[in-house]
Amino acid sequence: MFGAGGGTNSYREIEETDVILLWGSNARETHPIFFHHLLKGIHHGARLFAIDPRRTSSARWAESWLGLEVGSDIALANAVGREIIAAGLVNREFVENATTGFEEYARAVEPCTLEYGERETGVPAEAIRGMAHAFARAERAMICWTLGITEHHNAVDNVLALINLSLLTGHVGRYGSGLNPLRGQNNVQGGGDMGALPDRFPGFQHVEVPEFRRKFEERWGVTLPPTRGWNITEMFEAMGEGELRALYVLGENPLQSEADQNLARRRLESLDFLVAQDIFLTATAAMADVVFPAAAGWCESDGTVTNSERRVQRVRKALEPPAGARDDVRILFDLARRMGHDWGEPRSEAIWDEVRSLAPPFAGMSYARIEALRGLQWPCYDDDHPGELFLHARLWERPIVGPRVAFHPVENDPPVERLSDEYPLRLTTGRRLDDYNTGVQTSGYASPLRRGESLDISPEDARRLGVHDGEVVRVSSPRGRIEVPIRIDDGLKPGLTFLTPHFPDEVATNLLTIDATDPRSGTAEFKAAAIRVDRLGGTGLT
Amino acid sequence: MIDDSLWFRPPPRPSQTPVAPPRPLIGMVSLTIDGQSVEVAASSTILEACRSIGVEIPTLCYLENLTPVNVCRICVVEVTGARVLVPACSRRVEPGMEIQTDSPRVALARRMVMEFLASSVDLSTAPQALEYARRYGARPERHGAAIETVEQPVKIDNDLYVRDYAKCILCYKCVEACGTDAQNTFAIAVAGRGFDARISTEADVPLPDSACVYCGNCIGVCPTGALMFRSEFEMRESGTWDESRQSKTDTICSYCGVGCTLTLHVQENRIVKVTSPMDVEVTHGNLCIKGRFGFEFVHDDPKEESSPVG
Repeated sequence: MFGAGGGTNSYREIEETDVILLWGSNARETHPIFFHHLLKGIHHGARLFAIDPRRTSSARWAESWLGLEVGSDIALANAVGREIIAAGLVNREFVENATTGFEEYARAVEPCTLEYGERETGVPAEAIRGMAHAFARAERAMICWTLGITEHHNAVDNVLALINLSLLTGHVGRYGSGLNPLRGQNNVQGGGDMGALPDRFPGFQHVEVPEFRRKFEERWGVTLPPTRGWNITEMFEAMGEGELRALYVLGENPLQSEADQNLARRRLESLDFLVAQDIFLTATAAMADVVFPAAAGWCESDGTVTNSERRVQRVRKALEPPAGARDDVRILFDLARRMGHDWGEPRSEAIWDEVRSLAPPFAGMSYARIEALRGLQWPCYDDDHPGELFLHARLWERPIVGPRVAFHPVENDPPVERLSDEYPLRLTTGRRLDDYNTGVQTSGYASPLRRGESLDISPEDARRLGVHDGEVVRVSSPRGRIEVPIRIDDGLKPGLTFLTPHFPDEVATNLLTIDATDPRSGTAEFKAAAIRVDRLGGTGLT
Repeated sequence: MIDDSLWFRPPPRPSQTPVAPPRPLIGMVSLTIDGQSVEVAASSTILEACRSIGVEIPTLCYLENLTPVNVCRICVVEVTGARVLVPACSRRVEPGMEIQTDSPRVALARRMVMEFLASSVDLSTAPQALEYARRYGARPERHGAAIETVEQPVKIDNDLYVRDYAKCILCYKCVEACGTDAQNTFAIAVAGRGFDARISTEADVPLPDSACVYCGNCIGVCPTGALMFRSEFEMRESGTWDESRQSKTDTICSYCGVGCTLTLHVQENRIVKVTSPMDVEVTHGNLCIKGRFGFEFVHDDPKEESSPVG
């Protein structure tokens, strides 16, 4: 946000903040060690507000659980913003000195009263008011979110709605105040930082800025495309339209992780040529023309990864990979050699030093310093720089350093798939503590917590449907149907159901989910499909 | 697309590097330790004061990341004018304190602590405790062979870790790590009184029926090997556990984006145990079930059917 894509605070700051909005995140299960820091904050007196359609194990630690309707996050955020303005709790000094567009924002949220908020989100007006006042009045406050915000067709708008709240209250750019997306994978932060995005070079340098492009062209001795490329969703669309004919997939299992499996399969099958590079023969790799067996990055190779507090840390080789498997970087080097470019011997430190020389935010992070300090947080501009504990301190300088940041008014836009008489239940998805994504890694260990997949439903719906705990039912969405056992979860409200993606070979959750996608972020609306539940062999019930 | 110059360029640097707000100033206190003058922050414990001048104090139930519970009594020192010996791990320094860390009273107390422990508990996988027993001349055998012990069968009720309470010295570290000092799951506590006190799940149910979430942070702090990875336990049973042939490599967990440091203990190209360093700011030595136990997928061998839990 504000030109640098990363969480603005460090984990240790949440131990000393006053108010925490945990929005669309079950960090207790999905980011357990981050939650340790959060719990220290609670023990030190911080007030936790959990905003989540499900009353999760995280929400159980909260002073207040705001169990909003799936996909009504913007309505809630706008109602919070409107209440902060109406109650005179805006941080005037910050808004005047560091932002633009406040008047426009205030006009946009003016209709979003507490009553509107209650109507659109299902959260009692008093609870919305309570959170708004606590957040605005706090000396320090942080907003943390996960995929509950970003796995929607309007993911970017959802994030902007949260940013607006932090601008309104000045809760950014200070110790213990900020905006923090909790990253779901061990290097999703580093991947973006390194330019594994359709529009960036390493260090957030946009490809459409000529001066950045020239720098990389000169160093690499090539001409680079002057416009942004496709994100993964655009790539899959381009496959559908026949524009993209060959695909090289590294360490990803899109057949089982894309939101609409039948559609993803058709598109992958339409390719002329598919290459997969992975540590396992995943379902996607099984479709490929060529498979490169890779070493496990985190324990069979050397390099760095970057975490949710922007900390660049070393991964080190502890094991020899199985015979025939090679380090990802070595595979790329070998491929380049076959294509007529000899890049020499791959050395992770040499590659990192090239990054440092081209991307200013990483310039000061030598391997020696990363090792000695057990990681460094970007930006770290030179060898004496300690790395930034929190971002955007410039917004509090008088006069402000650099450009002001803008409010972006956004409108509530409910999930693409509306509930209907035919599909009357809302399906949302998420992860559990002991399993991970499509289970490629976690299926290897015997977790005593693992119960296999289930469709979690509320006690009220179970009664209405006449189904009991453990009963296998048929679950259908407009795109597909699966059979799965029922599990009754009293953390779910009537009308809400829950599945994970962890057991795709037994329960292909992505046969049900919808690929309605935010064109700006490329993320699909995994969090909101419409389903019906039928008893097997019995009469249809919904 | 977003109409914002910050969309295209990284933001400029602040004129000063962001830092945490200053902490309140803490005054200094002067005291003497074994006749040596020392000045430390007023918030220090006697243990910290001793360590600051290189005086070693033995500890069993103390750990930097846990709240002191004062139960093992091995760290006791003599404070001039005090009626009883005081635990160095939790007692704060006071101006003018005179401390003896190695007086005959202290040595006797430590010898008795180790004698009682060594005569009632199996310390065979507790090298630190054995070293203290040797150092303080503990002779547990003088209490006779008929003395009561905490001997009992090993609890093996899941695939990830075992609990061998015949090796438990009741230091409370696991209870604290499971509780407010780290995990906040509260699956275990001390049950019973006197010699019958023991670490127990609620109503002594097996772990799979308890609140346990298998983070293994209790294993990470256990000083005696009472809590042990099942892989380590089975290798020890079969005589293949050999630390002299193990390497330890720090890397970063492959799961979520928190970025926990994992120390991989590797023997014969297999991960046999996972720990995390105490001094890492991200973890403080703690992990979750995936980070600590979810490594099997990298082992290049056909997956064995897990044995029935019993």
